[in-house]
Amino acid sequence: MSNNWNYIIRRILYLIPVLLGVCFLVFILFNVTAGDPVLMLLGKHGSPEQAAALREQLGLNQSWFMQYVDVVKSAFTFDFGRSWSTKQEISSMIAHGAIPSLTLSLPAFFLSTVTSILFALLVAFYRGKGIDLFIRVTCIAMMSISSLVYILVFQYLLAYKWGLFEISGYEFGFPNFIYYVLLPIIIWVILSLGPDIRFYRTLILDEIYQDYVRTARAKGLTEKKILFKHVLRNAMIPIVTYTVVQLPFLLLGALLLESFFSIPGLGGMTINALNSSDFPVLKAITILSAIAYIVFTLIQDIIYTIVDPRVKLQ
Amino acid sequence: MSDLLNIKNLSVDFNTPHGVVRAVNNVSFDVPMGKTIGLVGESGSGKSVTSLAVMGLIPNPPGEISEGQILFEGKDLVTMPEAQMRKIRGNDIAMIFQEPMTSLNPVFKVGSQIAEVLMLHMGMNPKQAWEKSVDLLNQVGIPNPKASAHKYPHEMSGGQKQRVMIAMAIACEPKLLICDEPTTALDVTIQKQVIDLMFDLQDKYNMGMLFITHDLGVIADIADDVVVMYRSNLVEKNTTKKIFTHASHPYTKGLIACRPALDKNPTRLLTVSDFMDENEKELIVPPERMKKVDKVYKFNEEENPILLEVKDLHVHFPLKGGILGRTVDHFKAVNGVSFKLRKGMTLGLVGESGCGKTTLGRAILRLIEPTAGEVIYNGANITNLDKKQMRAMRSKMQIIFQDPYSSLNPRMTIKDILLEPMDLHNIGANKKEKIEKAKWLMEKVGLNADQLSRYPHEFSGGQRQRICIARALAVSPDFIICDESVSALDVSVQAQVLNLLLDLQEEFGLTYIFISHDLSVVNFISDEVAVMNKGEFVELDKANEVYLRPKQQYTQNLLSAIPKGIPKELLAEQNS
Repeated sequence: MSNNWNYIIRRILYLIPVLLGVCFLVFILFNVTAGDPVLMLLGKHGSPEQAAALREQLGLNQSWFMQYVDVVKSAFTFDFGRSWSTKQEISSMIAHGAIPSLTLSLPAFFLSTVTSILFALLVAFYRGKGIDLFIRVTCIAMMSISSLVYILVFQYLLAYKWGLFEISGYEFGFPNFIYYVLLPIIIWVILSLGPDIRFYRTLILDEIYQDYVRTARAKGLTEKKILFKHVLRNAMIPIVTYTVVQLPFLLLGALLLESFFSIPGLGGMTINALNSSDFPVLKAITILSAIAYIVFTLIQDIIYTIVDPRVKLQ
Repeated sequence: MSDLLNIKNLSVDFNTPHGVVRAVNNVSFDVPMGKTIGLVGESGSGKSVTSLAVMGLIPNPPGEISEGQILFEGKDLVTMPEAQMRKIRGNDIAMIFQEPMTSLNPVFKVGSQIAEVLMLHMGMNPKQAWEKSVDLLNQVGIPNPKASAHKYPHEMSGGQKQRVMIAMAIACEPKLLICDEPTTALDVTIQKQVIDLMFDLQDKYNMGMLFITHDLGVIADIADDVVVMYRSNLVEKNTTKKIFTHASHPYTKGLIACRPALDKNPTRLLTVSDFMDENEKELIVPPERMKKVDKVYKFNEEENPILLEVKDLHVHFPLKGGILGRTVDHFKAVNGVSFKLRKGMTLGLVGESGCGKTTLGRAILRLIEPTAGEVIYNGANITNLDKKQMRAMRSKMQIIFQDPYSSLNPRMTIKDILLEPMDLHNIGANKKEKIEKAKWLMEKVGLNADQLSRYPHEFSGGQRQRICIARALAVSPDFIICDESVSALDVSVQAQVLNLLLDLQEEFGLTYIFISHDLSVVNFISDEVAVMNKGEFVELDKANEVYLRPKQQYTQNLLSAIPKGIPKELLAEQNS
């Protein structure tokens, strides 16, 4: 166990050089190669005095080194300055945008993962029989329909015609937000069900043909117990690999769904920042995603030690 | 004596895309209470399918018991409903499998895996079941059973895992124990311990045992009666003594003859195909083929100069620890090994798993970089060569691996497999010449030259190992390391491959290092034998000396653990 702690401390220490590297890439991308932001912000009619003033205000008259130090400082203090287009504090913009994004993506993600694993167990149990074939064919059919079809048909039928949900928009505060995120969550789950069931089915079937399953049968266990106890515990190892790396991306929400349902989340914010060349916002998003990614791979390693006793962190 | 199990006219069919394949054809035999029946046959003969049929574990689809009865204490298991069958499985009939490494669930503690059976069949609560598991671990000789029950399978050695499997199987005191090659994957010393344990337990619980193996050597030591299966059919059943003295079927005769003995052997091993032809018709074996000869160790300086010299070779693997992952210690896989090997001779390398024999073989070829020491090949120190020089050297030194199933690329044809090393080392002027050589190689290793365009999966295990040999020969090497090259093969196929290696050595003056955990195989093929333990040579001498007059205690222990291959009663008669 002390080995595991050593490993975790070491990994957290590794965060520092990795973050410095990320800052360097961000600096190269936005400060060095992206062109002069002053020209973009002022347009062609700005006077040289205005340009000089803006340059000083943005800190662009400093040396390359000091500009890099600024990027590093922002990464370690989470103070990313103000947006060029909205003039708001970026950290509060992100905090504000994260709520709608997470209320959509977190429940959608967990719902789709749990349902797909359950369906996958079901098809694995009835492998080669009618139910297996039926669910597999349904999966392919669901995957073959474009996501736009689901969005438009559901918005028209369920929201507009029958008035079950709000068509678009968002409202902060419980329970109001539920009416806005429910429909995109349903669509998210439907979209991921097809590929996920097929993927988890393969993982579970891989395990079903292992020798230890034969041993479990020779003990006289029922097929259900074998599946839920012996097989699922072993299948958790690849399932963790597949799911945990997706978690950091949930922070960014769902770009497509957020824009179709006008949900003011981080996905929409990122797209707006891209369109308006809002460099500070993009820098902040890039750095935050990198941090989230590193943190979640560490969490993944820790989960491995729980689900797989063979894994020793060192 | 009452019969515990009667198998009557059992047939098992498998539905495959190529039609129905009969895996077991009209097989009948009995297992009496308290007795051991040996079921012998090569891979694919139907012996494992027979045992799975008794357990009711034939995968369905595609498998199906099409005819016959399996009577257990008079009740037919074939027609028994699944729910009732589950009560018998693991309770009255238990099974031990071949692969202890994979047969235990890797994510559960061994204690709870044993407890699971007890809670299922004996109605124990978790606490009682855990205590009983600790007691069972003690019975099967696991050291410190209380603490060991908390271990996961990967924290145990192969032998210990097989003991856990045995503990699990005997947990509910079954009346019938089916053992499917329970010791094949284990070292000889561990094999002996495990078999001794199983027989102690048989006496204690008066179990009937069905012992499945491809190795007649083990059967001779343990079985009361032997059943021989060949190509889905039962070809012979008799008492063990009669099988060894008066075998009637040519396949059985071949099987008994093809296993190398520890003292004298014919110059080439006999194989099943010497005793019968394709249509199972008996052939007369010429007496000169049967004649056993003494091993002679001779060489002359002219023809057999020293080809390979290894001086004080070390291979250490670093062990990491601490917050910064520094190297805190070394695992000494090879720890100061020195020897000389003459051209055209074979050095056998034996030892238990984990003794460093494979690492040594790879370090000689620099597939693993040695930590210290010298490897002098043909007068040149190859440990100093740079990458490019070493690549040129590789055409002289080849290796043949253990598993012919995984060491051939399944997406390449045999032609591509054989041509690749030739392309790499610029052998043969043009494509036509290379293909000619590939055809010649195929014939040399006893395969048909027309089969070049086929893929590895179209060949049997023995044929694949021949392809591996052909691939090694493609670059015309002088020196080949055979790393457990025949261990995965059936005994008769193993004999054929060993004969082939000897023929090739004679024809091309090849020099071999032959690595194996099977002492009788090493004895047959080697001129000199090195016994290895914990990274060091325990003993290095002429093969005869090592086997007939072992000087070290370790070697003596190793040799005494080998099954004699002669039934006990017969041995007693010989001695009196």
